[in-house]
Amino acid sequence: MRDIAVVAFSQSICVADAGAVNEVELIMPQLQAVYDQLGLASAQDVDFVCSGSCDYLQGAAFAFVAGVDALGAVPPIRESHVEMDAAWALYESMLKIRMGHADSALIYGFSKSSPGELPIVLSQRLDPYYLAPLWLDIVSLAALQARMLLDRGLVSEREMAEVVVRSRRNAMANPQAQLAGEVSVEALLAEPAFVAPLRRTDCCPVSDGAAAMVIATVEQAQAWGKPYALITGIDHRIENHNPCLRDLTDSVSTRQAAEAAGVAGGAVDIAEIHAPFSHQEILLQRALGLGGDTVINPSGGVLAGNLMMASGLARVGEVFRRIVAGEARRGVAHATSGPCLQHNLVAVLEGV
Amino acid sequence: MAEQKEPVTGIKSPVYLHYRFTAGKAPTRFLTRLKEGVLTGQRCPRCSNVYIPPRGSCPACGVATEEEVTLGNKATVQSFTIVSIPIPGNIIEPPYVVANLVLDGANIAFIHLLSECVNEEIHIGQRVQAVWKPSEEWDYAMDNILYFKPLDEPDVPVDQIGHIPISGWRS
Repeated sequence: MRDIAVVAFSQSICVADAGAVNEVELIMPQLQAVYDQLGLASAQDVDFVCSGSCDYLQGAAFAFVAGVDALGAVPPIRESHVEMDAAWALYESMLKIRMGHADSALIYGFSKSSPGELPIVLSQRLDPYYLAPLWLDIVSLAALQARMLLDRGLVSEREMAEVVVRSRRNAMANPQAQLAGEVSVEALLAEPAFVAPLRRTDCCPVSDGAAAMVIATVEQAQAWGKPYALITGIDHRIENHNPCLRDLTDSVSTRQAAEAAGVAGGAVDIAEIHAPFSHQEILLQRALGLGGDTVINPSGGVLAGNLMMASGLARVGEVFRRIVAGEARRGVAHATSGPCLQHNLVAVLEGV
Repeated sequence: MAEQKEPVTGIKSPVYLHYRFTAGKAPTRFLTRLKEGVLTGQRCPRCSNVYIPPRGSCPACGVATEEEVTLGNKATVQSFTIVSIPIPGNIIEPPYVVANLVLDGANIAFIHLLSECVNEEIHIGQRVQAVWKPSEEWDYAMDNILYFKPLDEPDVPVDQIGHIPISGWRS
């Protein structure tokens, strides 16, 4: 099997509202940044391009096609898209390379979620039949999950607040973060309920922006002559769309994906976990089998900045950046999709 | 055996989502000038093609476009079709003409209507000019231009369509 490496990554600064820019205008600076990291001229210099986005966020059918305007698809290029977080575009790109259909791939994810009401947009997008008439939103679904965890004593409100404190503190060293600073557990616990038992601080912010990555075979990475990190394992599993059919106090799909990706095959220095709500980070840390030796979300995670449809890819990018910088030797990246952690992807990255 | 039930062919589900749409930096500049009765494009810094309406990128090169180019009201027919059937929701009475038009100074066509013409005489290379609504009705919309009408100018050879300067066509 061909070894595959991450060779370049860039993401936007997370902002709540990017203002009067369109998606193409959000994507282009990130593509340019990864081209510059490798000395590429355009998307013509890679073998395959795959993007992740969600037309519901823009409120326009086939809105993702407009993203191709950022690529320079003349002459035509090999391109694909997933209506998901771009972490799954990474997965598709890895399959292309593994099959020998490409030696390199450009991956990007983007969204401008500020124009719509994201909590309801996300739930309407995923279940138009049974839950939509109830107007059940994605935050309420997460709150149902948090309530179960608290009631069974699997998580405490103090532990949830500690997740937020660490996220904001780590984010102080992350120039792309949207929420950063020193806060105390006591101050957070004094906050009123938002969607009980969740406080507003337990919920991720919503950010406009984009992220881009280039992956390649090790041979191609060496030809470019830039530092890289190997993706030694990747897997994703999905659970039933009906939250009532799942054990919301565990993440079985994450557990299975972690096993298949080989997370337990060595020490994990850092883990970037895609947890949009504080209780989910605790749940995921357990499902990934991570102990006290692993630094969790050194970037602050998505509680500090949440580029919709690019946050999962950015988790992989954050682990890559730290391995290349020598801050970690082996790391785990996780991405999620769907209500209450329905669908989970786990990747293991290692330095060379 | 259970009684055969009528198939469920529809449910009522109150799905409506509100969006605060923004056009983007480049389209916003285009629409703002359009409301003032002026057509503008943007030039690619790499291939020099001028796009109208601009989206902020050259889709051929994948680079940002910044330079704004003010274009005129004259254009050349690059292709056309005569629509003879009614399209649901369309208020225009058939038969009518839809055309790919390249404005003088632009390199890429956009689509608009042709009128004040003999439909059977429309042809590729024909010169046309924009007919604007009264200025008090101008909005951020391409229907500020009601349609294009034929001009009494020599035809443009096919290989020169899309390569005409802003100053216009001289055969």
